[in-house]
Amino acid sequence: MSAMTAQQKNELPHTLQNRKAPIYLDYQATTPTDPRVMEKMLPFFSEQFGNPHSRSHFYGWEAEDAVEIAREQVASIIGANPKEVIFTSGATESNNLAIKGVAHFYKDKRNHIVTVVTEHKCVLDSCRHLEQEGFEVTYLPVKENGLIDLDLLRETVTDNTSIVSVMGVNNEIGVIQPLKEIGAICREKGAFFHTDCAQAVGKIPLDVEDMKIDLMSISGHKIYGPMGIGALYVRRRPRVRLVPMINGGGQERGMRSGTLPTPLCVGLGEACAIAEKEMGAENERLRRLRDRMYQSIVGRLPEVYLNGDMDQRIPGNLNISFAFVEGEGLMMGIKDLAVSSGSACTSASLEPSYVLRALGVEVEMAHTSLRIGIGRFTTEEEVDEAVECIIREVERLREMSPLWDMHNEGIDISSIEWAEH
Amino acid sequence: MAYSEKVIDHYEKPRNVGSLDKNDASVGTGLVGAPACGDVMKLQIKVSEDGIIEDAKFKTFGCGSAIASSSLITEWVKGKTIEEAGSIKNTQIAEELALPPVKIHCSVLAEDAIKAAISDYKTKKGA
Amino acid sequence: MTIYLDHNATTPVRPEAAEAVAAALTATGNPSSVHGAGRRARMLVEDAREQVAALVGGRAEDVIFTSGGTEANNLALANAPRGGADGPVFASAVEHVSVLDGTDNVIQVPVDGDGVVDLAELNTCLKDALNRVEGGRALVSVMLANNETGVIQPVDRIAELAAEYDAVFHCDAVQAAGKLAIDFPALGAQMMTLSAHKIGGPPGVGALIVAPGHQATAAIRGGGQERSRRGGTENVPGIAGFGRAAEAAKADLDRLQGLAALRDRMEAEITAAAPDAKIFAKDRDRLATTSCLAMPGVSSETQVMAFDLDGIAVSAGAACSSGKVAPSHVLAAMGVDEDDLKSAIRVSLGWTTTADDIDTFTAAWKGLHARIGGGSLAA
Repeated sequence: MSAMTAQQKNELPHTLQNRKAPIYLDYQATTPTDPRVMEKMLPFFSEQFGNPHSRSHFYGWEAEDAVEIAREQVASIIGANPKEVIFTSGATESNNLAIKGVAHFYKDKRNHIVTVVTEHKCVLDSCRHLEQEGFEVTYLPVKENGLIDLDLLRETVTDNTSIVSVMGVNNEIGVIQPLKEIGAICREKGAFFHTDCAQAVGKIPLDVEDMKIDLMSISGHKIYGPMGIGALYVRRRPRVRLVPMINGGGQERGMRSGTLPTPLCVGLGEACAIAEKEMGAENERLRRLRDRMYQSIVGRLPEVYLNGDMDQRIPGNLNISFAFVEGEGLMMGIKDLAVSSGSACTSASLEPSYVLRALGVEVEMAHTSLRIGIGRFTTEEEVDEAVECIIREVERLREMSPLWDMHNEGIDISSIEWAEH
Repeated sequence: MAYSEKVIDHYEKPRNVGSLDKNDASVGTGLVGAPACGDVMKLQIKVSEDGIIEDAKFKTFGCGSAIASSSLITEWVKGKTIEEAGSIKNTQIAEELALPPVKIHCSVLAEDAIKAAISDYKTKKGA
Repeated sequence: MTIYLDHNATTPVRPEAAEAVAAALTATGNPSSVHGAGRRARMLVEDAREQVAALVGGRAEDVIFTSGGTEANNLALANAPRGGADGPVFASAVEHVSVLDGTDNVIQVPVDGDGVVDLAELNTCLKDALNRVEGGRALVSVMLANNETGVIQPVDRIAELAAEYDAVFHCDAVQAAGKLAIDFPALGAQMMTLSAHKIGGPPGVGALIVAPGHQATAAIRGGGQERSRRGGTENVPGIAGFGRAAEAAKADLDRLQGLAALRDRMEAEITAAAPDAKIFAKDRDRLATTSCLAMPGVSSETQVMAFDLDGIAVSAGAACSSGKVAPSHVLAAMGVDEDDLKSAIRVSLGWTTTADDIDTFTAAWKGLHARIGGGSLAA
């Protein structure tokens, strides 16, 4: 925050200025665009509107220069060469392109893919699609803390594995997978290592050389950049090849055609540059806020459970089960807080989170969980207000909950034969 | 998902939250739903000698619509005969609360809960 | 200030659209989130869907937002009829590269000297396809208006032909939208591509419109957005800007069509001053805002550089390729001879174009022609 001027603070999203608006605690669903990013982007929507592929006039050159600076900024935060960064429409497209693109290119030599049950829907959907095409896919389980078992990975990856896809940071529970160890295993077996780092960039240090990462998906709107833009890192040495999904025009080294949206590229670049510079201090600040929030909640409410590892976790995430209180009902009670009861993609459905289920969290407990995401613009006052609000509502709803009564009477709820409906 | 004003009103100011003595012969208890499905409703009625529901209480684990459905039905059944209470349809609840299609099951649960409470009361009486 | 006459490459963002983008950028929310911030984002997306649908007279629920025209064209081709990727895809030889390269099995249908698709040839293609694959259905992809020459294709006739052979008709309307009145339902196409940054919206967003009853499945998967037809968090600011641009473009349609007067005057003055100048597809139905013309003896590169020094931005062809100025596949398909091919440029007008812009360009063209024009490029 200290790096922001007063004027920039005034330009903060109104939801973050206006204290009557709900407190935004859903930073894993999307983040507000940083005003400093906006400032860099806006001229490219108006006076600097050129098509970066126009080679014949100043407008095009100006746009191309801006795109190339952005490419360097993206490359820098992950220790890559700018030539290895291609722009896409977002992490979903990057994940689709990485997994399907590599699988299709190498299908004659290797037709096995390894991923993890807690990956983002778009990774799992891409893999399922490949399975229908005849590829063999292994979905690795996770341990109770949400992390994969490296020995199991080592046993699973074979000479027939073309790509291993493991996310850097989970979107629901914020846990950090051991990327460096995974990279070493993949390199040893000759499989390409793809990692969905939509939630990891700017939150944990990333270095594609040190971690032996071959492909990495990056999102703009998860790192205080704009929506509609992402990137895919594709290693050049040893070279990773892939079958493009979007053809025509031949932009982005032929791997991704389409006119590059200059303002969005600029926004992603600037967001990366800010994150690279401020990550250390920001993480420290968020860790303090997160711990303050967590300690207050567990200190004052019994029967509260944290989902996912606490140590191997980004500071901006909490995922908590409030036993005997249904998550959606709780969300309605804490309507002054914008939080999520599952990942945003699936939260409109009533199914409990598949990520929590994969950790072995019981369905009934999964129904009681909230994902709380804090970030760059969260203040201590907001954290305190949120804590009071959550505690007040959990206590109120528990008073209304027949399950809470039974628990207090010493009845084991799992021993009851419920008529499932 | 936007809730109707009536759902919000019942959710924020639920009527008749609480418990009745389940061992009392004039009290019928219905417990329906399942934690794994995300809703459990406990609905209790106290019935007078002449078959009129004198009091009704509920406790519900569930979303706002489930809480509102149970709160509403306790209001409706009070003062009714058990036959009248037993003929309340989920569609009436859904309509009153303007429940969206994905929340219709909450009103179904409330109907099941009152039926279960009546049946429990009758069992006790018969026993 | 530079005079910008390359609107077919990209057109400046309209102020209303820029405002909508900026407003959406300052709001926070993932449209799939249940909370208020998420619902407000959802509302922006759904309002924009209405506005984009209205531009082409379609239904909001038939609009699939994508990252741009290229992705939408690829998505259309990926949704060729059952038998899908293996079924025949017939595209005119002057389609955008994102259609011609969109899938491996595109069969090119020739065009005449003005770049208008040869209907008899298309008829033969469809008949042959029907005979070859029993019960097979073809996909026909023909653009509404060409990006390089502005020529308008006989899409009504193409739709009829496609219907006759039970083929699916995809129409790339990226260049036509906002410049021609479009009635998607009446056209009889099953799919139509639009792009925001060609109508004064922001870059990075486009749409595929899909007719009711035509099943479309996702190419980018995961998350279930866009009715499971396109996964990925929606580009909310981009989509909001697209919507506002669509609304503005619709209101501005008459004025844009009125630019034909400026364009025609320019062409008349140029041909009067240089009778050897060639204007492609001059006598056919064309977009009011596009002129593709050759200055004999002066290479396209020389022209665009000379005009750039004069502060005028024009193009030597489509702005898509990776660097060097390659001869246009569109003009080649029209059978334009080598000399003309190498000396053609595209002048494209747009919502910011004034009479002064055109007069300045016309004078610059005539000046350049007088200085170095008239020779032969044959080498």
